[in-house]
Amino acid sequence: PHCCVHAKSAARSDLIPSIKLRHCCLLRNQRCIMAYLYDRLLRIRALRWEYGSVLPANVRFHMSAEEVQWFSQYKKSLASFMRSLGGGAGLDITQDMKPPKSLYIQVRCLKDHGEFEIDDGTVILLKKNSQHFLPRWKCEQLIRQGVLEHVVS
Amino acid sequence: MDTQSYCPVPPGVGMEENFLSLDDILLSHERLPVRTECVFPRLGFLEKSSDTQDIPEATKMELPLWLSKGLYERKRKVLSVELPKVYREGWRTVFTADPNVVDLHKMGPYYYGLGSQMLHFDSPENPDIAQALLQTFIGRFRRTMDSSQNAYNEDTSALVERLDSLEKVLFRSGQNGLNSFQSWEKGQASQLTASSLVLNYRKRKLADVQT
Repeated sequence: PHCCVHAKSAARSDLIPSIKLRHCCLLRNQRCIMAYLYDRLLRIRALRWEYGSVLPANVRFHMSAEEVQWFSQYKKSLASFMRSLGGGAGLDITQDMKPPKSLYIQVRCLKDHGEFEIDDGTVILLKKNSQHFLPRWKCEQLIRQGVLEHVVS
Repeated sequence: MDTQSYCPVPPGVGMEENFLSLDDILLSHERLPVRTECVFPRLGFLEKSSDTQDIPEATKMELPLWLSKGLYERKRKVLSVELPKVYREGWRTVFTADPNVVDLHKMGPYYYGLGSQMLHFDSPENPDIAQALLQTFIGRFRRTMDSSQNAYNEDTSALVERLDSLEKVLFRSGQNGLNSFQSWEKGQASQLTASSLVLNYRKRKLADVQT
């Protein structure tokens, strides 16, 4: 390190072991910080796949501004990649992560989630403990978020 | 097993550490018995047993692995690192005699990881240490793998508590495979489930509210 060069030229080379030790400590701190911040990014990235493109408020509250920006750029990269699939037709690869067996599935509501509109215009009231027979692709995200439960007979 | 989206940096293989691996950072926190081979001026405060301003030559002390690796030089005028007991000849004989008997969690918990890192310090016993690590692992692997594939839906703490951290990872991996297969057999593989990451954040939130 830089200070060792100075120590040599000032004829204080006896200090070099101590300078080296201090330098190791600085590198160690740097490593710990970087590993921590990197692990946070890995978890934030995982949330895009597991939760969706809009993060819950309590998670966003604990993210730094740089992390929020990183997430938004990751979302954009993923979205443009998905749009390019299927010869430009686009494909949502965050859906159907488990092999689908049917177009419609039975779900039970785990908590009140208000009104929910399905493709033909019908509005469903998602009240806690109510059960519904809904299109699979509409429910997938809500199931992952813990709002609905997939009922398998 | 839902959380395949979160892929943390794995520990390094053999003598290599992965810079960003949290496991390797924890591993390199382990303390080693060392002896200084030169004076460390003005750092006497690190060595609590004596009251000097400098750390004199030939001082015996304990330093974490990361610092030992950082300071060690082959020409050896800085530091000499002693082998922790579990890697010395006495224990090596015990391990190779019957590797399945030993509680590697107590001996470690990073028995294989730390043992591999010890090879950086040019001990003349390095070939024997490396052999002992390998033979111990080979001797224990079969039992770890078998039990991970046969313990379905039961309390595995007794099986797991004597495993070193590398063996624990392998055990868990085997269990995940077993559970996934069982779930597929029951027809649950296509059942959509809540994300385990989300459920964990929910639990955290409740804890925050309660404090």
